[in-house]
Amino acid sequence: MFDLHGFGDQLLLGLGMTLKVAAGGLLLGLLLGLLGAAAKLSRSKPLYWLGATYTTLMRGLPELLVVLIIYFGTAGLLTRMAGWLGHDGYVELSPYAAGIVALGLAFGAYATEVFRGAIQAIPAGQIEAARACGMGRLRIFLRITLPQAWRVALPGLGNLFQVLVKDTSLISVIGLEELMRKSQIAIANTKEPFTFYFAAALVYLLITVVVMLGQHRAERWAARGQPGSTT
Amino acid sequence: MNLEWGVMLESLPRLLQGTLLTLELVALALVAGGLLSVPLALLRVSANPVLRALPLAYTFFFRGTPLLVQLFLFYYGLAQFEAVRESMFWPIVREAYWSALIVFTLNTGAYTTEILRGAIQAVPHGEVEAARAMGMSGGTLYRRIVLPRAYRIALPAYGNEIILMLKASALASTITLLDLTGMARTVIAKTYLPVEIFLVAGAIYLALTFLLVNGFRLLERRVLRFQQPRTA
Repeated sequence: MFDLHGFGDQLLLGLGMTLKVAAGGLLLGLLLGLLGAAAKLSRSKPLYWLGATYTTLMRGLPELLVVLIIYFGTAGLLTRMAGWLGHDGYVELSPYAAGIVALGLAFGAYATEVFRGAIQAIPAGQIEAARACGMGRLRIFLRITLPQAWRVALPGLGNLFQVLVKDTSLISVIGLEELMRKSQIAIANTKEPFTFYFAAALVYLLITVVVMLGQHRAERWAARGQPGSTT
Repeated sequence: MNLEWGVMLESLPRLLQGTLLTLELVALALVAGGLLSVPLALLRVSANPVLRALPLAYTFFFRGTPLLVQLFLFYYGLAQFEAVRESMFWPIVREAYWSALIVFTLNTGAYTTEILRGAIQAVPHGEVEAARAMGMSGGTLYRRIVLPRAYRIALPAYGNEIILMLKASALASTITLLDLTGMARTVIAKTYLPVEIFLVAGAIYLALTFLLVNGFRLLERRVLRFQQPRTA
């Protein structure tokens, strides 16, 4: 369709890195989201405030700023902490690690609200019934709450993942060689910015479509056995 | 952790100057994107499949690709073509400020189009039928019933879009503009104090989001008065 001057495999490598960062951010974000929801639903005041501060901060700051803060801001802190452990010298996060942490933090804040809503959507009677059967709190969460809540949370999480995939492009600003950065490298060699940025745009569109289809299938699968489902 | 409070205070005037550019870009893009979205949303709900598909291609591209790609494609990409460089639009296209403004407008316009489309489709059927029964047709129906109703339905989602736009405007710094984030990066390049400067910049962003969230809460309460339970 258009000439990539032999940089096609580089773009593919970049795509691989983009997907790796997105997957890492997703895993960290899901974990943070669950912890955040637990904190915000907890009866303990300090835990509630911790969760609320986390979501307010992360939802009010630009993702780009979060990426920059994690990458440039944590080096001083990490160096000092390494100093306490007896390590001399400079310690910093790699762009890869910083990217996953930043995107995971952002995803987790929005996921907290999604999980919280989903957990609250479970009828109180079920929790009472489980308690009456003698289940402990952890067992109730694992056997009753989680299997139902993730089904309610799935559409919201899918949308958040779409945002996450697009936000991986921000990590190119701190030099991670993902799709966007690879395109820039190709442009520096070929002087054809439109060709490569457009190629990158098409790849992102393709990921969006694949994620959308996957999301649709996952939602259908999760809703199997529910009244009104066709599968 | 010892912070350099003096430097934070000294950086404040320049960061506030950056904040002005951020607010200017966001406000202009929101107004222009809002104006753009109304006719496009109307096309999206049109009965004609060809008319429906045109704005869909636009919203699909702008919602399916990262804003950073869109910015670079416009600001760096268009210069690849001789025809663009020799056209009358070149003085505008090569300016980072106009590139950011145009791309932000197109981006928020795409999201707003879909928000408004959803809202138009959510206007209760009965109200549309009642208006038809009163003898309203096409233009009058939309002007008096559908659009005023759709704006109110769209309001909460649109409030979120404004905050997302504010946060996305930080990308202006990637094409050399000195918005709040760009100014912060410039000051850091001189002072080598990333933590301090980012803390100030982050606080300004948080203050802006806080104002927006609460402003919108008041606005919603006002225009959605009719949906609230009666207190008397």
